Amino acid sequence: MSKAILVVGGGFAGLTAAIEAAELGHDVYIVEKSPWLGGRVAQLNKYFPKLCPPSCGLEIQFQRIRKNPRVKFFTMADVVGLAGSKGSYTVRVRLRSRHTAPHAVDFNLLASSLVGEADNEFDFGLSKRGALYKSMPFAFPDRYVLDTPTLSKTDATQAERAKFLDLSEQPREIELDVASIVVATGWKPYDVTRLTNLGAGKVKNCVSNMQMERLASPAGPTGGRIVRPSDGRTPHSVAFVQCAGSRDQNHLNYCSYICCMASLKQCLYIAEQNPDAEITVYYIDLRAPGRYVNVLEKVQALPNVCFVKGKVADVVQAGDDKVTLTVEDAVRGEKLTLHYDLVVLATGMQPSLAGENPPLPLPLDEDGFIAGGEEAGIFAAGCARMPLDVTRTAQSGTAAALKAVQTVKGR
Amino acid sequence: MAGKIGVYFDQQNIGGGLDLEALAAQTREKWGDVTPVVRVVPLLADSLDVIAGDIAAQSLNGVLLCGSSPRADGDLYRLSAQVGHVNLREQCVLSYKNADGSAPACGDAPELLTLLARDYVNMGVVRLQKSENPDSAAVTGVKRILVIGGGWTGLTAATEGAACGYEVVLVEKAGRLGGAANDIPVGSPLESPWTDKQPTNIADKIKAVTGNSNIRVYLNARMEKLEGQPGEFTASIAADGGSVSVEVGAVVLASGWTALDDKYLAPMGLGKCPKITTAARFGKQLVDGEVTARRIAFVLDTTMAEEAAQNSMRDAVLQGQPEPVAAQAKEGEEKVFIKEDLENIRHLAYSNAVNSVGMLRLANSVAANEATQVFILYKNMTVPGIFERFYKKMQEHLGIMMTKADVTGIAEVGDHVVVECKNTLLGMDFDLDVDLVVLPTGLVPTTAKEAVVEFAYRQGPDFPDMELFDGFADSNYICFPYETRRTGVYAAGCVRQPQTLDACEEDARGAVLKAAQCIDSASRGVAVHPRSGDASYPVFNFVRCTQCKRCTEECPFGALDDDEKGTPKPNPGRCRRCGTCFGACPERVISFADYNIDQIGSMIREVVVPKDFKKEGPRILILACENDAYPALDMAGMRRKAWSPYVRIIPVRCLGSVNAIWVSDAMSKGFDGVMLLGCKYGGDYQCHFVKGSEICSKRKENIAETLNRLGVQPERVEQFEVAIDGYDAISDLIDGFVGRIIEMGPNPFKGM
Repeated sequence: MSKAILVVGGGFAGLTAAIEAAELGHDVYIVEKSPWLGGRVAQLNKYFPKLCPPSCGLEIQFQRIRKNPRVKFFTMADVVGLAGSKGSYTVRVRLRSRHTAPHAVDFNLLASSLVGEADNEFDFGLSKRGALYKSMPFAFPDRYVLDTPTLSKTDATQAERAKFLDLSEQPREIELDVASIVVATGWKPYDVTRLTNLGAGKVKNCVSNMQMERLASPAGPTGGRIVRPSDGRTPHSVAFVQCAGSRDQNHLNYCSYICCMASLKQCLYIAEQNPDAEITVYYIDLRAPGRYVNVLEKVQALPNVCFVKGKVADVVQAGDDKVTLTVEDAVRGEKLTLHYDLVVLATGMQPSLAGENPPLPLPLDEDGFIAGGEEAGIFAAGCARMPLDVTRTAQSGTAAALKAVQTVKGR
Repeated sequence: MAGKIGVYFDQQNIGGGLDLEALAAQTREKWGDVTPVVRVVPLLADSLDVIAGDIAAQSLNGVLLCGSSPRADGDLYRLSAQVGHVNLREQCVLSYKNADGSAPACGDAPELLTLLARDYVNMGVVRLQKSENPDSAAVTGVKRILVIGGGWTGLTAATEGAACGYEVVLVEKAGRLGGAANDIPVGSPLESPWTDKQPTNIADKIKAVTGNSNIRVYLNARMEKLEGQPGEFTASIAADGGSVSVEVGAVVLASGWTALDDKYLAPMGLGKCPKITTAARFGKQLVDGEVTARRIAFVLDTTMAEEAAQNSMRDAVLQGQPEPVAAQAKEGEEKVFIKEDLENIRHLAYSNAVNSVGMLRLANSVAANEATQVFILYKNMTVPGIFERFYKKMQEHLGIMMTKADVTGIAEVGDHVVVECKNTLLGMDFDLDVDLVVLPTGLVPTTAKEAVVEFAYRQGPDFPDMELFDGFADSNYICFPYETRRTGVYAAGCVRQPQTLDACEEDARGAVLKAAQCIDSASRGVAVHPRSGDASYPVFNFVRCTQCKRCTEECPFGALDDDEKGTPKPNPGRCRRCGTCFGACPERVISFADYNIDQIGSMIREVVVPKDFKKEGPRILILACENDAYPALDMAGMRRKAWSPYVRIIPVRCLGSVNAIWVSDAMSKGFDGVMLLGCKYGGDYQCHFVKGSEICSKRKENIAETLNRLGVQPERVEQFEVAIDGYDAISDLIDGFVGRIIEMGPNPFKGM
């Protein structure tokens, strides 16, 4: 009987759980729905509090996987069925077609010669991508994806003839026998279109915090220059709207843990690129737990950053591609109407499983967080369980690996 | 030594018009018997059977795969011989541009590209030739975990360790188990739905430990010393009835915290009257049923205390009071370890989340009595994440009033206390009359006050550089929280970070997994993070060792002890395999089976350096950290950010492993400059081996001095910080350096 561990999700929690268990001598399968491992952190420009690049930690994780035959991973893969019970599960996994050969082909030339385009979901719509693409320079596995619906007619002819592309590759299903499961399905940015009072994603130059990460990233749509999406100009006045969806019973009935720190970090991005930029952060509470207060104090000491306790009531389009905010200053009791070049919504994290119906026997709470499962030998890790930052996620992934190992070992 | 090497050229992945058959012929000719098999294959990824066949038929010791970066498809090539890669795609063809900066024309490869590829192939052959299969430094791997601290975290760790099949030894300083959790009337939420305070059931937790035959508990005990290495530590424990010595494989450090000294809260009235207390004391009073106050203010805004501390620090500086300096050892005298007390006012701010959650919990407990009125005064209610649900529920609780407030004064007036509140959410300033004021408790990690583990290590009994983390036994890595500077010792709970109960439990589990993994790795003789699975370890040729102790002092992980004469005593189990020791060694007596001074030196000497600088250009050596700089170079290549064709790149495990002899080798070979590409160092260091790039920068200063004495411009050797996402800037960095070298002209030693 198999003593392997299944890890659902190849983001930071899943990678950690999988690798830590494998390095203790256990066979592990990672099932990741996107074409590459790394999850949300792969989209980030820098981590707080050190402002170090996330790809650095990912590189170590990928090295550990390359060197360890005990870790097997499937990308573009979804768990579609589960049978059995604790200690002996059979998992059905559906593998979507990648249409590219299973080794690191450099498709750069071919990819840039294709004309079909689609919105780049990795950049949250801030850029376009072609049909044959690799979303990040440090992609692991180092393989392109061919998204056949994006191929134009001429592209398709070209692709048919290309070496190492297989347009006829069909999805298939495999079965994995495992004894225990770690669910690390992570989070998604809260859908801004539901934030009707905050512009519902329709106001030009009002971006989400995750879009800001892409703007600041050297591999992002602007090569790392933080500019207004409408005209590519450097913003001189920037506002951060904290708790955009979070701590709001109509949206996310919890605090998303990272948004205060993320905005503080993004203040540092902006100040580094343009020290004259005037930044205002509108907040309910500035939550910088533990030693993160050092970052808060560092940003508070910047001459051009000011903090206003108050909830933003309204975000609307103004002339000249500016954005108008209406804010209630909670301490002074004043209502303010102000205009900004760029507004960043600190949108919260929603568990990926919210609104989904995963084929796993898991109790979810009303917000979609996993609330149990241990007795079935299924352990939640990372932001599938609660909103966390990366360090806490690593902690959570390692802890889940231990519980999975204990389950497997007892047999 | 890999005596017989198969060399394979990946036609599909090289390109650039390179004549691979000619490269293969040149390789055969130059290396003869060393390379009995040299093949150009259409696609390397499809040639695994061919290679495996060659290995068997020709008894190859090594295979050299010339094609894409080892980072691209490296995991495909798990072969029975040693595998080496020559990165002819990303760091040769794709990153090639002509000397004048123009892109190469289509068609045959330009000569400079052919020379570049040829050099890299020869360097690859010699690298493999000078590499051996490491044997293993395995130890027994004692399946016993030492847990230091019997509080909430330590108890969890002990139970979880035992549940994994390990024996556990638990050392608790106090006379009973439970630690600070004994003084907590009820806990913060521990599970979904995260809305309510929960009983800690600490008694059950203790019973689970005391009732487990695989857990041995020592009370009133402390660590005397920890010696040896992971897998075979010996822990000496001072306990009731004398000292005991026990073999353990790894350690979970869960020694928790002590409360910040009252003096720091004196500016807020603590100690002036019994009606002003701290959260920790209040919790204990609640447990003991001693709370009678009916109007209670919980004050989370500690600005008063922080400003007072800042002012007194400033006054001390103004009055010229000398900062306390650790005693300096005299020449020839053994350094006596004196623990610097790292307790400070910042511990109060760092405890913000624990106190915010804690005060909600305490307020909730007292407000159960309807006659009680509770006020919570905060600057920022730091209740992050899912605990917002708990906060929300408390907001709806009758009898609890919360507001943002700047608390500007706390004073006893008559039989009550007046709390001055400004900038509140009520639109006015007010004075609050209460029977009792509860101030936050600063959590000071035990490791800020003492060397809890008492390492019997040459580098001293404590974790190094604790001041960087204000005394917390934390790693500096966001992605890898458990990696302390002492291999095999994993910190968890509030000694690592101020954490709530649920997080401490999770942390304990994580640390137990790391401890188990470390024992397992030690028993297999392989490294733990970040080079996990690496079987190589430093081997010393003691005959030539001059006992200079540099290796012992510079190892970032304190892996080396020494004997009375100063001869280093390696502890492979503590070693992370960065090679900083051999970078330090002036006699070059330290080597790894598959990574050593001679190997890299030979690679440097293998480069063909033309004599005519003007006509054929300079040659510049790049020693690149393989963790960040090397991937950045790969990505630059993939992104077609080409750099000068005059550089030759050699990856190193860490800049800490760079020995000055490599620079001399390069200069005497005729190289015109050396670039050292490594990670950021300083307080926010990104070096994967903590100290490597910093140590290298210091060595570089010595190298510069030497060069200067020899009449060589010291600017010919420079170190640069390259982060892994610096891929778009790295080619300009290289070209800038090459440009400066070209202006300087040839290395005066060239051709000598």
